[in-house]
Amino acid sequence: MSTETVSPRVEAAPARLWRLGDAAGSVVLFGAIGLFVIWSALTHPSQFVAGLVVGSVLALGALGLTLIYGVLKFAHFAHGDSMMLAAYLAFFVLSGNLVGTRGTDVRVPWSFADLPGATEPIWRFSFGYGLLLSMVVAAALAAVILILVDRWVYRPLRQRRAGLAIFAIVSLGVAIAMRSLVLMIWGPTPRFYVSGIRPTLQLPGGPRIPTDQLFIVAAAIVLAVAVYLLLYRTTTGRAMRAMADNPDLARVSGIDTEAVVRTTWLVSGGLIAVAGVLLALQSQLKPELGFILLLPVFAAAILGGIGSPHGALVGGLVVGVLQEVAVTVGPLSPGYKFSIAFVVLILVILVRPRGLFGA
Amino acid sequence: MKEASKTTKLIVAAVTVAMILLPLIHSGGSVTAVIGFLVPFVTTVAILAIIAIGLNVQWGYTGIFNFGVVGFFMVGAFVAAIVTKSPADSEFVQYVGGFGDRLAFLPFLDSREWLPFVFGVLAAALASALLALLLALSALRLREDYLAITTIGVAEVLRRVTIEETWLVNGTRGLTGIPRPFAGWFEPNVYRFVFLGLALAMLFLVYLMVERGISSPWGRVLRALREDEDVVAASGKNVFAFKVQGFVLGAAIMGAGGAFFAFQQGAISPETFTHFFGTFIIWAMLVLGGSGNNIGAIVGTFVVWGFWSITLQIQGFKLPVYIVDRISFFRDFVIGALIVIVLLAGPKGLVPERARVSRWLDSRVRELRRQEAATQATATVEPASSPVE
Amino acid sequence: MTAAPAVATQPLLEAVDITAGYGGVDILRGVSIRVQPGEMVAIIGPNGAGKSTLMKALFGLLPVRTGRVLLAGEEITRESPDRLVRRGMCYVPQTDNVFPSLTIRENLEIGGFARDGGRGERMEQVFSLFPVLAERPNERAGRLSGGQRQLLAIARALMLDPQLLLLDEPSASLSPKMVDMVFEKVVEINATGTAILMVEQNARQALSLSHRGYVLAGGENRLEGDARQLLESDEVRRLYLGE
Repeated sequence: MSTETVSPRVEAAPARLWRLGDAAGSVVLFGAIGLFVIWSALTHPSQFVAGLVVGSVLALGALGLTLIYGVLKFAHFAHGDSMMLAAYLAFFVLSGNLVGTRGTDVRVPWSFADLPGATEPIWRFSFGYGLLLSMVVAAALAAVILILVDRWVYRPLRQRRAGLAIFAIVSLGVAIAMRSLVLMIWGPTPRFYVSGIRPTLQLPGGPRIPTDQLFIVAAAIVLAVAVYLLLYRTTTGRAMRAMADNPDLARVSGIDTEAVVRTTWLVSGGLIAVAGVLLALQSQLKPELGFILLLPVFAAAILGGIGSPHGALVGGLVVGVLQEVAVTVGPLSPGYKFSIAFVVLILVILVRPRGLFGA
Repeated sequence: MKEASKTTKLIVAAVTVAMILLPLIHSGGSVTAVIGFLVPFVTTVAILAIIAIGLNVQWGYTGIFNFGVVGFFMVGAFVAAIVTKSPADSEFVQYVGGFGDRLAFLPFLDSREWLPFVFGVLAAALASALLALLLALSALRLREDYLAITTIGVAEVLRRVTIEETWLVNGTRGLTGIPRPFAGWFEPNVYRFVFLGLALAMLFLVYLMVERGISSPWGRVLRALREDEDVVAASGKNVFAFKVQGFVLGAAIMGAGGAFFAFQQGAISPETFTHFFGTFIIWAMLVLGGSGNNIGAIVGTFVVWGFWSITLQIQGFKLPVYIVDRISFFRDFVIGALIVIVLLAGPKGLVPERARVSRWLDSRVRELRRQEAATQATATVEPASSPVE
Repeated sequence: MTAAPAVATQPLLEAVDITAGYGGVDILRGVSIRVQPGEMVAIIGPNGAGKSTLMKALFGLLPVRTGRVLLAGEEITRESPDRLVRRGMCYVPQTDNVFPSLTIRENLEIGGFARDGGRGERMEQVFSLFPVLAERPNERAGRLSGGQRQLLAIARALMLDPQLLLLDEPSASLSPKMVDMVFEKVVEINATGTAILMVEQNARQALSLSHRGYVLAGGENRLEGDARQLLESDEVRRLYLGE
């Protein structure tokens, strides 16, 4: 039973060399990243922690992107703006605020903030259970919106077997439409989920951080584990992975591929919404957030190996730490923070396009 | 515009009428006001059309995906500005270059009024082309989606550099007082027509050059490449070299367009060159107009920029504050939705590409098919099964 | 080799005069075939005869332009593949026929995706048919040898316990030893009552194992009949067996 169809001797020398080079490349890449992460944890603990916080949000975004890429085989350029839109939806169901005339807000009669005790801070966080409820509702809304956009926009393109470029332009068009809708409904001024002072927490032997950041990291971990269980322990998840592997074979195996597509948008929509809310909780909510997020999220997904779920998680954390630490140690001004992600992206694309864990 | 359909003519006519009527109503019937509105409008259309033609060379003809148009556009504008300006003379203003005075080296014909601008446009095209070459050599072999994110990234980093490196082009405050060609020879009132003429002449020049290039054997290979790289490669052409050339030529045109943009604006800053204005609108123009057709690119520019200007005009009317507040966002929304709808409805655009395109490719494909059929035939004669004993 | 089942019953699969192809070109020009319940049928023919195209057309992967396809008497001409597997017809493509990043067990689970229940039981049955796969159920399919992959591909299609299995060149690019192994399994599967329709380059072996055979050439039926007789017919020997 051990007879190989292609005997090892047939393998040409160049192929061997290539494999050797590839292995060397991965050692160098993993090594450099590992060393950098350890070094920054030791020498710049507070930036390191900040990087992990941002990184865990990026990881969720990249996870959604990589799932969409795996199953639907296109780069979703509306990803950042979907995150931003979902964060605004959460803001709306929580506060009930819309922008009225001349920058003043109008408020709808009822929102989650009117629930008794909804804004009372939980534990030492800055927010109450109202925000958690809003996050869940925003996740559901985001999933519905993305499924509808898929049905009206991406599915026709899929059926026409449109090229990658057409998908890219069209999804960027969707991104612009989402952003301008947000601007029309909520205006350009930054928004906050909670006002007032943010409680902080002294990490044992580490820096002092806002307590909310603990929640951000915890939520990201819980969600990542949930997605892992879905992908590797359920039939639906296996169908998603099967479709990512070989869509034609998935179809002839009796999988309803359009149903898998909907599930993928549902899961990604949830990830997108939570990532968006967490990011807005960590800083502030503004319409530019979508575009700002696009490069780091893509960088994280590509660094991890596009299509690979654990790659997206590692990639997100690495890009987060890199962003925060690089601008404090190097000669670069903080304005370059988001350009770091791009440099990572270019290096990975040029040196090892399949990323850390890509096939 | 033989290729234009009825709908296209109708849309163009509607935009034209609106462009005349709106300022006419707005000003209460003043013809001067209409001209005052139309001249800068057409000038801008001419300049943006140059950039759209540049993108058409890259995407419409060569099939290379560039999501960072604004990068090339911006490099062209800033390079033209620092080449034509006089050196920085105040401690509050910093920028490199300022060669304008030194480039006016001809002691006759009042060369300060035109010579630096020739160099300015050439330098803008060259700088943009060099950037394209650098990008092409490293990233042009990538898949389309990777190329898209790479080009977006390059444009974003360039924008960042112009903002952060204040010594380069004065940071966020940008460059002001960019000189204009021949401006000293005319009254401002007359000069706007002169500049309009210059912009149209440049557009015409670019158009002629690209049309010539595209119908040459070189251009035919380029277009064939867009259809089917394998066939081109199989006929012994260096696919990569052709793609680099198409990409660099398109970028040079964008750079030249950027130079005219800088002259027209007189003041530019990194904030001017947003991804939306510099990249996405140009894509909307090309896609709506019909990629693969230079006339289409021009018509698309006219319609999209017309729509843009109409929304600005509407702001001047006494409309509810509710609408006025949001009209610019609504405009962005329409342009985003427009791209989606045009590409969904059928990616032909207002002025579809002429069918001349693939004759070369067709003949190549037929030839290859013939060869393939010949090999197939020989294969068929042999016994099809491999005897396994 | 068992005797061919009686022909009196209604055919399991019947394709009547079908045309199909890619773009504007018809590859199949009026091909008719039939498979009886429990029968094993081989389709042979030279390169470019349209054998694989026929498989795709039967399985709804390629639109049938004219003609009809019937499964157990019911029209399935325009049915989609995911419906067909639910009606008891499964298909094993020639290449890319496993999910490389999924484990053996997961591949089989996907194969049984359309099952309402009894997936675990069926997997035990399939594993007992392919003990080599049962040895390491958690191995990724991408790490298997070509022959093992082919077995897994067939095993995956068997998860729905189909009445009819379509095999597109199951022996392609396998070593002679593996070819024997795969054919042995195919016969074993047929013996359990599953009808098999396979396309093969390996004409001699395919015909010697089948009940009946069809010879396609240029997208048309050339010959058909009892597999033994085809194997001994002069035309087949001359053209396809290189004798």
